[in-house]
Amino acid sequence: MEIVFLLEQILNGLLIGAYYLLIALGLSLIFSLGGIVNLAHGAFYAIGAYLAVALAPHIGFGGAFVAAPVLVAILGLLIERFLLRRFYRADPILSLLLTFGLAMVAEQTLRMVFGAPPLPFAIPRMLAGQVMMGEFIFSFYRLMILGVAVLCVAGLWFLLQRTHFGRVVRAGVQNPDMVGALGISLRPYMSAVVAIAVGLAALAGVMLAPVTGVHPAMGAEILTFAFVVVVIGGLGSFWGVVLAALIVGVVRGIAAFYFPPATEASVYLLMLLVLLLRPRGLFGERIAKFE
Amino acid sequence: MTEAPRFTRRAGLLGAAALLATPAISYGQSDALRIGHLTPRTGFLGPLGEFAVQAAQLAADEINAAGGINGRKLEMLFEDSVNPQTASAKAERYIQRDKVACIVGEINSASALAIGQVVQREKALFINTGANSDALRGSDCRKMMFHIEGQNSMYVKAVGRALVEKGLIKGKKAYALTADYAFGHDLLKVARKFITENGGSIASEDLIPTDLTDFSPFLLKLRQARPDVIVANLAGAQITNFLKQYTEYGLRFPVAGFGFDTALAWGAGSGNFLGTWPTMWHHRLENPAAKKFTADFRGRFGRPPENQAWGDYNAVKIIAQSMNELKSVDAVQVMQHLEKGAKFNVQKDRESYFRARDHQIMTEMYAITALPPAEQKDRYDIFTSSAGIPGEGEPLEAIASTPEEASCTFPS
Repeated sequence: MEIVFLLEQILNGLLIGAYYLLIALGLSLIFSLGGIVNLAHGAFYAIGAYLAVALAPHIGFGGAFVAAPVLVAILGLLIERFLLRRFYRADPILSLLLTFGLAMVAEQTLRMVFGAPPLPFAIPRMLAGQVMMGEFIFSFYRLMILGVAVLCVAGLWFLLQRTHFGRVVRAGVQNPDMVGALGISLRPYMSAVVAIAVGLAALAGVMLAPVTGVHPAMGAEILTFAFVVVVIGGLGSFWGVVLAALIVGVVRGIAAFYFPPATEASVYLLMLLVLLLRPRGLFGERIAKFE
Repeated sequence: MTEAPRFTRRAGLLGAAALLATPAISYGQSDALRIGHLTPRTGFLGPLGEFAVQAAQLAADEINAAGGINGRKLEMLFEDSVNPQTASAKAERYIQRDKVACIVGEINSASALAIGQVVQREKALFINTGANSDALRGSDCRKMMFHIEGQNSMYVKAVGRALVEKGLIKGKKAYALTADYAFGHDLLKVARKFITENGGSIASEDLIPTDLTDFSPFLLKLRQARPDVIVANLAGAQITNFLKQYTEYGLRFPVAGFGFDTALAWGAGSGNFLGTWPTMWHHRLENPAAKKFTADFRGRFGRPPENQAWGDYNAVKIIAQSMNELKSVDAVQVMQHLEKGAKFNVQKDRESYFRARDHQIMTEMYAITALPPAEQKDRYDIFTSSAGIPGEGEPLEAIASTPEEASCTFPS
């Protein structure tokens, strides 16, 4: 019986991993290509959630699901064009400070505009309910999130591995100077990568708004986990991040089962272990410009 | 080409005059009486801090409109207390640099303890408006610290009566979810005592990290354990997340909260609030003072006040009223005045006072029960309330801790 229940926790953990995935993939992309540790990534997730709450009464949840990520992607384009672009070749500490500042500005702006208490938002009625599979119970809504996450991962994988766009981005990650020497400017690619990355974060925000509290600090809450996922997965590795997100979800589930107070701490312990054994993360590649 | 601004003698003269005038202006400001407000405005308790700040400002404005304190203008200073270390440092700065007459605020029990130590050392007054831990009224009590927030014992006994009446305690197995920090540990202890004494038992329990946002692993455990009642000793954003996800997983066990803040239920969204919870005060009370406070707060901030707003509003009012009655701003005199049992109208049916033994306010509480979604009129009127607890004819002390439960010996 206990084994069956543990299995349920593990499956549930895989589901939770899907949340982290959408945020961690974007974080990893921006770092790999631009060398920027985007501490403001959680802010885009929070803005996505707030946009969902603000837009849903007018255009419905479905409308917000499409509109919020697009609006946030446009915001990302502007921030890339006017701020991030100045820091790709600069000392990483500068972009760290910049994005840290952006995160604080975003959080406080949300607090000033929408107030500090959580905003009410519930799962749309047609997506609510549970799915029973034998002994196991799943939230129908979370299965939908999983579905969307799988689609996003597949789409992103296709974009990076099977298109001209993806080949340039991957070359840019490994050797930006060589890409430049071949007469290709990385700038438009970088803009597109930032837009996709923050758009994904906003999509995660929209999807999680109905199940988690919509409050100004929600971005900071999820960002730490996203970082842990990227570190465990290994920089520059697409599948490393995917695998790490799922492992983190499962480890949390198992910790909650055996020793609840360590539910969150278990994830950091996992990171510590991985770093001791594989300092570049599970599938981390050697990236010349960061060595 | 733009012309560079020219430096003229006249401008220099004006500048010098302005510089010289500055001391006079700041002298004028220091004539105001200051209260230092200190409460979490970020982090997992941040959502409540905003109500606290707005309510304290409203109280100060009303006091100033009525002539201030002993003819002096009341000036509020506001700070984010962040965590116990920062709270302690900021409390010290308020007293030493800003010379505040009193510190008001806090929600986190660990931070309140830190501030309590500072005010004891500095002989300044502190009114705790949001930290519930019984230890603050027991082993960690301080002569200069008063509590307008209810203690955990009061919360448990107030809502406990309602739960006993609903048949959710006697002979029942409870599953306790407890916030893993000072407040939660203290609350679990008090809750266990109450449940055991009334013929029930806590069959399973989990400590929940304060930064946990996803409850699904615990919801699966609840479903597996099939308790008769779920006891939520949660805090801050945890409550919102729990309510949302409990509904998401379609669980049907009765929910009883022992710690609660209305704003967190408002934030859960339509159809997600359920169960029975305790509160110090709520905006649906019908007495004239409550109606006026609700209307004033709503008119200014666009939403009704809740229990946290009630605490900070009344703390500032009580300080002002005491100082005006005493015609003094001396902290020790105010402390003695409160200890003697001065009575205050805190927007309830009965007047309230601070108990000399541990400086805990003696006041009525309420058990609120979620309305079915169809009966919720708007996003705020989502619950019904019991009458005041303890009821008419019973002493207010009936729900407070006994000396055996929390014994306080003030350190000198």
